[in-house]
Amino acid sequence: MTQPKLQVKNCDLFYGDFQALKNIDLEIQEKEITAFIGPSGCGKSTLLKSLNRMNDLVEGCKITGEFTLDGVNIYKDMEITELRKRVGMVFQKPNLFPMSIYDNIAYGPRTHGIKKKAELDEIVETTLKQACVWDETKDRLKKSALGMSGGQQQRICIARALAVKPEVLLMDEPTSALDPISTIKIEELASELKKNYTIVIVTHNMQQATRISDKTAFFLHGEIVEFDDTHTIFSNPKEHKTLEYITGRFG
Amino acid sequence: MIITDTENTAAKVLTKELHCGNKSGRILEKGMKALFFLCACVSVAAVVVICVFMFAKGCPAIAKIGVKEFLLGSDWSPRNVPASYGIFPMIVGSLYCTAGAIIIGVPIGLMTAVFMAKFCPKKLFKWLMPPINLLAGIPSIVYGFFGMVVVVPLIRNVFGGTGNSVLTVSIILGIMILPTIVGMSVSALQAVPDSYYEGAVALGATHERAVATVVFPAAKSGILASVILAVGRAIGETMAVIMIAGNSPIIPESMLDGVRTLTGNIVIEMSYAEGLHYDALIGTGVVLFVFILLLNLCFNLITGRKDKG
Ligand SMILES: Nc1ncnc2c1ncn2[C@@H]1O[C@H](COP(=O)(O)OP(=O)(O)OP(=O)(O)O)[C@@H](O)[C@H]1O
Ligand SMILES: [Mg+2]
Repeated sequence: MTQPKLQVKNCDLFYGDFQALKNIDLEIQEKEITAFIGPSGCGKSTLLKSLNRMNDLVEGCKITGEFTLDGVNIYKDMEITELRKRVGMVFQKPNLFPMSIYDNIAYGPRTHGIKKKAELDEIVETTLKQACVWDETKDRLKKSALGMSGGQQQRICIARALAVKPEVLLMDEPTSALDPISTIKIEELASELKKNYTIVIVTHNMQQATRISDKTAFFLHGEIVEFDDTHTIFSNPKEHKTLEYITGRFG
Repeated sequence: MIITDTENTAAKVLTKELHCGNKSGRILEKGMKALFFLCACVSVAAVVVICVFMFAKGCPAIAKIGVKEFLLGSDWSPRNVPASYGIFPMIVGSLYCTAGAIIIGVPIGLMTAVFMAKFCPKKLFKWLMPPINLLAGIPSIVYGFFGMVVVVPLIRNVFGGTGNSVLTVSIILGIMILPTIVGMSVSALQAVPDSYYEGAVALGATHERAVATVVFPAAKSGILASVILAVGRAIGETMAVIMIAGNSPIIPESMLDGVRTLTGNIVIEMSYAEGLHYDALIGTGVVLFVFILLLNLCFNLITGRKDKG
């Protein structure tokens, strides 16, 4: 088997005295969609955030174990800005900056040293097209991004994340605040992006996981109970707990 | 509060309880409302009365002296015969001192605020913030003393002259406006949603870049409001200023010349002024008042815009 894109070995994570992740082992393959499912508070977001070190912002957060991206340890042998450029993130709530749509998309490339206007124009257009919001935004690129609807904002957030040309895209319940149509659009988008990107998505929506993901990890109380092909998890899970969860008997 | 003709008994019981279940309760509630309303009226009335008083007393004097002579005349000699009432030197003096205070106070204040809100470890914050807030509580006479005893001799020794100068006033006013700028700007910066910051660092921005390009601009209306409030404080400051300004009613030609401000003009001469001289001082107050009203207008425009979007 090829080297996994992202690998987590033997990870424990503490918020102060509270252990949020216990002995996590996980391999995420390139150009696949991996879904994290599980009841609220079981540590899905926590693991997702530690994949691009967003947990560093949390005071009192201690992480042990080994995290690698293409075999390189992301906590020891990589600049944090470099890591976050390569591993982008889309948050649960759209968090566009209070600036124009154009400046939002251009923020990442500018951060990484792209100054030329033509080049930025090009990036803005291609990423907005990739994220399927070009038609809605092309006439108002210079207007405040906060004037868009929630679903449009979330797709612009995805475009903003794509603008730095990441290799991995982490998405934390990206559709939880959206209507069914926007949700479908984002799911289609994710399936489309899979051709070029590795995607990890947290979701509470079982159908969503079955619709778009290749692998699914089921979390419970800070542990990964089961990690397998999505098809296997939902049709023929090995663990009793997984079966109970996906059939809605708890959680 | 008004639930009428509803069949919902639970709601009825609830309203009854709220109203103490009887008529006297309802009257009490109305009475309290009226009382609160009256209290709210007191401050509004105060503003209106002050406005009316200032303009009624000051405007006729300004008209009598002549608007142009009053505002642009550079000779203030109320005891000459004939007397001359030009407050241009004081207008210029107030503007110079305020500008100086801004040049000194705003950069220091803003950098302090950014440090306090985004770079300061929590433990240090606990120790640094109270002294900054205390600055706001120090009476202005104490600033005046400090200026007289420390800053004036310092300026005299370093730059020569009397030491009573625009520069001295600017330094003291710059310090006096710090707590306003720091306090309000820190709140404005802290009020910026963390999600903006997280969004920026998630794209690979460093902490410094995220603060400078996302958090600070997002807080800019609050920060601008703090600066305007600080300007209002600087332009209205009186006691500390007259102790260190020199106070001769002449347009200062350099930063080291003495200066008289609008506020200084009023407080220095009010005790013995009579007749037109007295009214001309109130006219000076009107000019000051107009400045403050304009600043307030700016403040409201800026904060109003923030609320909208
Ligand atoms: N910053 C924090 N400080 C302390 N504890 C935290 C922090 N963030 C999360 N936790 C705790 O860690 C555990 C896992 O949280 P996490 O956010 O990863 O859950 P989740 O699986 O994403 O849940 P949800 O589905 O509700 O988003 C929870 O018990 C939570 O209370
Ligand atoms: Mg979560």
